[in-house]
Amino acid sequence: MTATVSNTHLSSIERTKLIRASLTRRNLSEKIFRGLGLAAVVLALGFVALLFIDVGRKGIPAFTQSNLHLSVNFDPAIIGVEPAPVQAAGQSDADFQAANLKWQRDVAMLNWNKVIEASLRTMVPAGVEITSKDLLTIAETDARHEVRERFVADPSLLGQTVDIDVLASANAANWIKGNIDRSLPDSQQQLSAPARAVIDTMVANGKISNGFSWSIFTNVDSRSAPASAGLLGAFVGTLYMMLIVIVLAVPIGVASAIYLEEFAPKSKLTDFIEVNINNLAAVPSIVFGLLGAAAFINYMHLPISAPIVGGLVLTLMTLPTIIIATRGALLGVSPALRQAALGMGASKTQMVFHHVLPVTFPSILTATILGVAHALGETAPLLLIGMKAFVASVPVTPFDQATALPVQIYLWQGNENRNFFEPRTAAAIIVLLMVMICLNGVAIYLRSRLEKRA
Amino acid sequence: MDMVAGKVKMTQQSVNSTMNPIDALERPIRLTARDVTVHYGAKQALHGISIDIPDRAVTSFIGPSGCGKSTFLRCINRMNDTIEGAKVGGTIKLDGDDIYDPNLDVVELRARIGMVFQKPNPFPKSIYENVAYGPKIHGLARSKTDMDEIVVSSLRKAGLFEEVKDRLNEPGTGLSGGQQQRLCIARAIAVGPEVILMDEPCSALDPIATAIIEELIDELRENYTIVIVTHSMQQAARVSQRTAFFHLGNLIEEGVTEDIFTNPVNKQTQDYIMGRIG
Amino acid sequence: MNSLIIAGMLLVLLGLAYQSGWSRSRGLATTAGVKVHSRPQYHGSYVAIWAMLPALVVLGLWGWFGEGITTNYITGQIPADTLSGLDPVALDATVARIRSLATGYGVAGDVQPFEQAAADALRSFQFITFVVVTVLAAVAGIAALLYARSRITARLRARNAVESVINVALIACSAVAILTTVGIVASLLTEAIHFFSFVNPIEFFFGTVWNPSFSSTDTGAHGQYGLLPLLAGTLMITIIAMLVAVPVGLMAAIYLSQYAHPRLRAVAKPIIEVLAGIPTIVFGFFALVTVGPFLRDFGNLVGLDIKATSALTAGVVMGIMIIPFVSSLSDDILNQVPRTLRDGAYGLGATKSETIRNVLLPAALPGIVGAFLLAVSRAVGETMIVVLAAGNSPVLRGNPFEPVATITVSIVNQLTGDSDFAGPQSLVAFALGLTLFIITLCLNIFALYIVRRFREQYE
Repeated sequence: MTATVSNTHLSSIERTKLIRASLTRRNLSEKIFRGLGLAAVVLALGFVALLFIDVGRKGIPAFTQSNLHLSVNFDPAIIGVEPAPVQAAGQSDADFQAANLKWQRDVAMLNWNKVIEASLRTMVPAGVEITSKDLLTIAETDARHEVRERFVADPSLLGQTVDIDVLASANAANWIKGNIDRSLPDSQQQLSAPARAVIDTMVANGKISNGFSWSIFTNVDSRSAPASAGLLGAFVGTLYMMLIVIVLAVPIGVASAIYLEEFAPKSKLTDFIEVNINNLAAVPSIVFGLLGAAAFINYMHLPISAPIVGGLVLTLMTLPTIIIATRGALLGVSPALRQAALGMGASKTQMVFHHVLPVTFPSILTATILGVAHALGETAPLLLIGMKAFVASVPVTPFDQATALPVQIYLWQGNENRNFFEPRTAAAIIVLLMVMICLNGVAIYLRSRLEKRA
Repeated sequence: MDMVAGKVKMTQQSVNSTMNPIDALERPIRLTARDVTVHYGAKQALHGISIDIPDRAVTSFIGPSGCGKSTFLRCINRMNDTIEGAKVGGTIKLDGDDIYDPNLDVVELRARIGMVFQKPNPFPKSIYENVAYGPKIHGLARSKTDMDEIVVSSLRKAGLFEEVKDRLNEPGTGLSGGQQQRLCIARAIAVGPEVILMDEPCSALDPIATAIIEELIDELRENYTIVIVTHSMQQAARVSQRTAFFHLGNLIEEGVTEDIFTNPVNKQTQDYIMGRIG
Repeated sequence: MNSLIIAGMLLVLLGLAYQSGWSRSRGLATTAGVKVHSRPQYHGSYVAIWAMLPALVVLGLWGWFGEGITTNYITGQIPADTLSGLDPVALDATVARIRSLATGYGVAGDVQPFEQAAADALRSFQFITFVVVTVLAAVAGIAALLYARSRITARLRARNAVESVINVALIACSAVAILTTVGIVASLLTEAIHFFSFVNPIEFFFGTVWNPSFSSTDTGAHGQYGLLPLLAGTLMITIIAMLVAVPVGLMAAIYLSQYAHPRLRAVAKPIIEVLAGIPTIVFGFFALVTVGPFLRDFGNLVGLDIKATSALTAGVVMGIMIIPFVSSLSDDILNQVPRTLRDGAYGLGATKSETIRNVLLPAALPGIVGAFLLAVSRAVGETMIVVLAAGNSPVLRGNPFEPVATITVSIVNQLTGDSDFAGPQSLVAFALGLTLFIITLCLNIFALYIVRRFREQYE
């Protein structure tokens, strides 16, 4: 009877046989397809893991710095200055100030490297001949400032011996941490053989130790003393830019989203604005940099390399993201709520600001934080408005020269002392990623809290 | 195919009292369900459904929406497998073979139990390709002529051939709603199923298209076992020989269609038929 | 300091105005027993807006013209005989010196008596003008406040007035996005046209040599600005990136949305999306120090000469960067395909992969193509990875294992924040930017159009 069921010349049994025959092949291709999908997921996850592990492995060692424990003798023979002036009775303030300034100038003029050299000299093992120049390559070049400041703070140290910790130079740090291949011949080593011998002896004697490198967070960038180069200047620059982005992009973005979604009459013009905003969101960031260079710097004569320009450029770049996200959030508010508000006699403005906007607050907040996080990592447009200049000071106002965290990464990765700056760059990346992870974490936390409350 | 578990008299109600015979034919049973339950996560959608479905007749499932009639229908060709978190218990047998047997390939099962859905869902391909798709994946056609033959005869059986014979290569989505639904029926027939499940096949159609489909169902009954879920009692009365009434995940009453409509035994069935349950 | 005082004055004015409008409105409501059209807050805001406007106008006028007036005043303080001996440049310098003296910072060199006198006069002038402007602004504000307050009646439609002001502010905010586009187009066009006055557009768009170095010996020659090597480099890297991102991203999206256990999906999806949040400079570093050397060593192993910084390195890493972009867009699109289509295929006995390959993907194809185009546009405009890892070698060649340069890299190289836009060396950046903008704009418009059409099809 089943044969009659068939609509072709095939009987039911024949058909079942055919289907069964095809099953092996089909199940195999099913398995292959599924396997390919799984492989793609594993590959994508693997890339994430690889990226983080790689950056972490390279960067974490850079968070330690090598300190030299020096016994510095403030030898009067080297420090040939008079004792610090003391205000005598009857001496006018102005005269005392003048005397004090003169003394400080004298102190600054001294060659403090000699003091450091003398201290290092005491640690040279027997049988090692080393020139002053080679010996001084062990300590970072700004060590002399540290020694000098100790003396200025307490002039009574003259003639005494004090323990002072100074930073090892970048090349010394490479040797100590093993960032450089120790078996390389002398010609390829950055330090001379005697200097390396001195360092090894110091390490053996406990005169060199590694500690957490706070200087990464507290110092500004430095070319002459790379071992003490830090991120503070870049961090403050970034902070200013993010403040500008938040202050400008959020109100403007939310306001224009409200207008477009709630008030604008549906017309050709609003359609055009919508298309325009969607396209703006996909314009390459570097084009915003060109806009900044042409409009803000060349036309409006705003200062080059300043966070104010960077902030404005990033604001324009972030704006479409915030508008789109806010519009999405507004669109998601149920019509019932709107009708309820309007039905109570609220005006349209009241409905939007009293009822609709509060409901969308969590989404807007999240979108804002994500937009800011994105702006935080942006590099290319900042290069075009001159933020890749070397800046060795912390910007005081947004109009001062500054750089930004991602640009600092760009600058450091280009440093010639690769052995030292590759880990440093990775460390800066870790700091940048940490900031971004914190921002994202805050976004997730706030959203979950606000949504629970709502 | 010959291991028919039993026979159901179309004249007799297996569950309830005997009424006037409306059809003297005796039909073998194709499908038996025993204690079928379905859970969606923590929620139980079906509570122990047991029913026998006869060969080459139309059985209709009626009941208010959310009563579990579609859920049960989707158990019969294991469409519930595709829903995350759905758990099916109990047994359903097709010609005595357990369809939830882990050794049974669901692909083979669905080739034997075809399905037509609530909303016409032709693939975004040509009319020809829509019908040819099933035979193609199952390897049922040995040659192009074979395939042509299958397509034409399937379209004919679905009563669509005359209307579309000049535009077989045009997209199936360009047809009217009723034509699309008949295309979906043709697509199901092309695989050569023994059972066709229809999930409210006319709910998205206008009355004229509905009438055409109902007529088609009546013709198809000659060769196929048909189970139809419908929200329309009139439709159930027009096309089906047997009717089952579902309510809140339970099978309340089942029997010869005429009996269910004229003289229901159960109070709930009575209320539904009188329009007291929405 | 001055700006703080002005801000304080404005705040006080604002508070005062709001308060007076509010209390007047309350007075109306309690005395007359009549129906007041708007609530007190709106009357307060109404008066506040009225009061702020003239005050801001006064301050704005001073901000606009004050600078010129001050300069005139300083010039007037310079003795006539000294003035006649100064050319414009020297005059500017003198004015600047006087200004600097007046601020108290002091100047280099000896201070001439007339300078000191002018500086002292300037200081008092600045003080007086500041007081005058502030008081004027306050008076104007208070006058407007009183006027607006007097207008408050029960029938005044204060709410409507305030709302229309809000409306105007909202429109102004929406205009910013438009102005940004206008600004981009205007600045790119102006500077690009400027560039084309140095270099023939045909030479630019069809030139095969990129060598923008300025040669001083050869007068009239400004180097060669052929776009084609950069375009080829961009194209090559984009293709490599898509070859990495499309299969991985699409298959990952398919697996996660169709096959994966919900728990795996809940974990894997956000992790993959983390890739999208990582700054591109980080990818650039990763390419430079890890992927590049790895590819070079791998090349050595199999006998291929792969450079550490090459189109391949940049392309592969850019592909990795784009994976989440492709996968989340594809995921969206796949989810838009109605469930009934999938059910239709399953109902015929199609396996999962058959359903996906034969029904889901063809149905989603337009949307997915749109998504890919968006990804391409992103790859074309990507900068930092290429700057760090592509080797910057603007030579026309087809070998992906060699260094290349792209449009974006050349923009960065040519425009280093120098505000000197005089020569074609820096202006070419805008011609390149215009090219990039047009390419990505076309891709985006086309892609967004396709995606939109696709969405409408299933709505």
